[in-house]
Amino acid sequence: MAMNTQGRPTAPARASSGSIETVSGSRGLLQHEDLLFEIGTPETTGVDLPKPKGLKSRLGGVARKVDTGLAGLSEPQAVRHYMRLSQRNYAIDLGFFPLGSCTMKHNPRLNEKMARLPGFADIHPLQPQATVQGALQLIDELATWLKTLTGMPSVAMSPKAGAHGELCGMLAIRQALIARGEGETRKRVLVPASAHGTNPATAVQCGFIVDEIKANARGRVDMAELREKLQRTDDVAGIMLTNPNTCGLFETDIKEIADLIHKAGGYFYCDGANFNAIVGRVRPGDLGVDAMHINLHKTFSTPHGGGGPGSGPTVFSEALAPYAPVPFVTKDEDGLFRLVEHVDGDAKDSFGRMVAFHGQMGMFVRALTYMLSHGADGLKQVAEDAVLNANYIQARLKHVMTPAFEGYCMHEALFSDAFTADGIETIDIAKALIDEGYHPMTMYFPLVVHGAMLIEPTETESKAELDRFCDSLESIARRAAQGDETLKGAPYLAPARRLDETRAARKPILKWTAPAPESVAAE
Amino acid sequence: MRYLPLTPEDRASMLATIGAKSADDFYTDVPKSARLKAKIAGLPGHQGELAVERHMTKLAARNRAASAGPFFVGAGAYKHHVPATVDMIIQRSEFLTTYTPYQPEIAQGTLQTLFEFQTQVAALTAMDVANASMYDGSTACAEAAVMAARVTKRSKIILSGGLHPHYAAATRLLCEAQGLTVVQLPVAIDGEGELAKSVDGETACVIGQSPNVFGTVTDLSGVAKSAHEKGALLVSVFTEAVSLGLVTPPGEMGADIAAGEGQSMGNGLNFGGPYVGLFACKEKLVRQMPGRLCGETVDADGRRGFVLTLSTREQHIRRDKATSNICTNSGLCALAFTAHMTLLGGKGLKQLAQLNHEAACELADALGALKGVEVLTPRFFNEFAIRTPVDAEAVLAMLDEAGVVGGVRASRLFPTDHLGDVILVAATECTTTDDIAAYAAALKEII
Repeated sequence: MAMNTQGRPTAPARASSGSIETVSGSRGLLQHEDLLFEIGTPETTGVDLPKPKGLKSRLGGVARKVDTGLAGLSEPQAVRHYMRLSQRNYAIDLGFFPLGSCTMKHNPRLNEKMARLPGFADIHPLQPQATVQGALQLIDELATWLKTLTGMPSVAMSPKAGAHGELCGMLAIRQALIARGEGETRKRVLVPASAHGTNPATAVQCGFIVDEIKANARGRVDMAELREKLQRTDDVAGIMLTNPNTCGLFETDIKEIADLIHKAGGYFYCDGANFNAIVGRVRPGDLGVDAMHINLHKTFSTPHGGGGPGSGPTVFSEALAPYAPVPFVTKDEDGLFRLVEHVDGDAKDSFGRMVAFHGQMGMFVRALTYMLSHGADGLKQVAEDAVLNANYIQARLKHVMTPAFEGYCMHEALFSDAFTADGIETIDIAKALIDEGYHPMTMYFPLVVHGAMLIEPTETESKAELDRFCDSLESIARRAAQGDETLKGAPYLAPARRLDETRAARKPILKWTAPAPESVAAE
Repeated sequence: MRYLPLTPEDRASMLATIGAKSADDFYTDVPKSARLKAKIAGLPGHQGELAVERHMTKLAARNRAASAGPFFVGAGAYKHHVPATVDMIIQRSEFLTTYTPYQPEIAQGTLQTLFEFQTQVAALTAMDVANASMYDGSTACAEAAVMAARVTKRSKIILSGGLHPHYAAATRLLCEAQGLTVVQLPVAIDGEGELAKSVDGETACVIGQSPNVFGTVTDLSGVAKSAHEKGALLVSVFTEAVSLGLVTPPGEMGADIAAGEGQSMGNGLNFGGPYVGLFACKEKLVRQMPGRLCGETVDADGRRGFVLTLSTREQHIRRDKATSNICTNSGLCALAFTAHMTLLGGKGLKQLAQLNHEAACELADALGALKGVEVLTPRFFNEFAIRTPVDAEAVLAMLDEAGVVGGVRASRLFPTDHLGDVILVAATECTTTDDIAAYAAALKEII
């Protein structure tokens, strides 16, 4: 140990507090970092490649004229560049991420390790099927889990994300109607006003017309209005309903809704985004559902990756199963797994192909790893803990904030902005949470609740973490009720202050452009 | 259970705070007949890491990895070397375990990398603007077709005979669901130019691919000219992003929209997904684009920052009037793409492309020299089609026995087009001289 012979101070000196400017633009551990194009050059590289031999080109003259001019970095520069940028992100591995309707749960590292086994990560979708029997078996096993957990007879594995699964379900409905000879007449799809925006967008992508249903005072489908809308039946294609719904509530009348839509000759598409609340406790197949997508990146813990990749396998009832997309995996009598890739034979009624290959295999490996880890018993506990956590938050905050609806919630607690003083908005509360070290809740969604704040804790959080969060939010809520203007400036402690979205949209700058050379600029 | 932090005491104390007796109280809205009493039957109980790892490893061992020996499969996905740094970057928790950047103050890491991604994709395709990625190349192609219909307010989509048939299928599906008419030109190894003749006054767009599914590279400038004369758009598709380091990119041919697969940069084969769709267009079309866009702005202190922008195109604002239903993109795969592109740099990319091209040239020479084998693709980048004197399926099975994964039989992609003796073959920088020699030797034995 070195002796402190020179009298180095070992306690902080008394100094003025407050912010200081730095020459580098860095702020201690938070390093300043420019765009890669401002620090690299096209000649710089972080990859050592062998020298080309100079063979005669076989491009037949179809050659690029202008080089990309894209900047490169050496390996240490590249590592620092992306490390420094990473420090500007909030993440579930860092803290509580109660983003409602997004199910930000823990992403186990075992999933990542398994997905990187060369037998999964380094196989080609079109190599001979005899050389990928383990991969096909994995898809088959995951399919079995999904069918068993949902109580549905069939599942399409290829959809690439939740919205893509919605598309899959609605295309199957479309195909079923065509098969019945009613493809041209049954065009109306009922969608609750509280639905996620992808629902109406998907219906329109499939050529349907959206007919919106209001929510009742309890945050559920207004049955009187539904019955009214089903007075006429010959144009009804189906209903798209999220359950538990986007208000975090179970649709009490779901079986009656299913019966009514079936009686009208339509199909029931259930948005399974909130399956985490009921997994292992309720099977959608017992509720009269005809199609439902499952977000593997929500309920089954595959990482969100900053906005994908997702994965949206879609389960089907007997009525819709024949119309499911290709490709799918079957098992022959001799025990060999086989891909059905074309619309004929076993798949003669299929609506076709949605994507180039067999779906998000990398996500399948992670999801199955997660299911095997939890088991059927663990998954049931997942749902119960997720719902318990949400109700605990609701119970702790209902005295300072305004619950949007009475009674228990499912996996997410929803509040309106009714408790805030004039001039304080939902966004101010959200941004103040950032200063407290939390990712904000979902804000201004669902649209049926004014200034909505949707808090989904998932089963990942401990009671201590929930208590800390509730202490923070309770304090912010009190300030909001009192009209504390300092909330308008939040966040104060984040890597960036509030950003000007209006300016970004008015004159969009969507890529980096090299500044004009100085000699020109000086003229 | 290792992923669940609540203890039985926590649960009891929380229930007391809530005023509920048990978790059952929260499920009383569920119809009685649908409430499950016990755990779901037919599924195993929870297992420790070791047991799970054992099972997954056993499944993985039943697959033949591309790196295990000579490997020549392409046709839409390519075996490239991914630098170790790329995987390290995408495994950073801050990128891996975050969400779509809805709160930009704590998502500048994701947003700045998306801005870099968009800049790279725009430069690579030589287009004005690119979005923040699509699911994959095939869905990017489908979205390009319906975007062209929106832009031109026309309803006819024409697909070349060299378009990857899976891209064609995905595109036909989405277009027909929206009431658009899709015209598929006959399958052709070198027929992209035919698109120029087929365009008429009702055409929204023609979709051509270079390099196409048979590997043929084509300058689509003439097609663009014909399309533009008739008021139609050119959608230029590619499945091999590395080709753009050497081959004429969509923007240099006058394409209005470029759509392609970015897997080759930074992303492994993964048995077909997740991949990353690249989507770029002319500036004037930007407001009709599908998907997320990241744009530059400033924060309250005037410092540069990035946000998701032009969201009035999108489903969460526009609902049934959105340009697409896409919500999630392929964020982490886009980051892998960007990190790999950053490590390469412009010069490195060109060199990588050159190495790919030369490997394919050597492979074509070695296979083409065999008696009875014909190289069918006239101009190619890193893949081409060959005709063998024996049925392709039998050839590939025998090659497999010799330890060589020799390519894709064309009849797997085109089951009804009488291509039973055609194999699609790809080479990349991973292909060694020994691999090529092994292929040629094994094929010589078979035919």
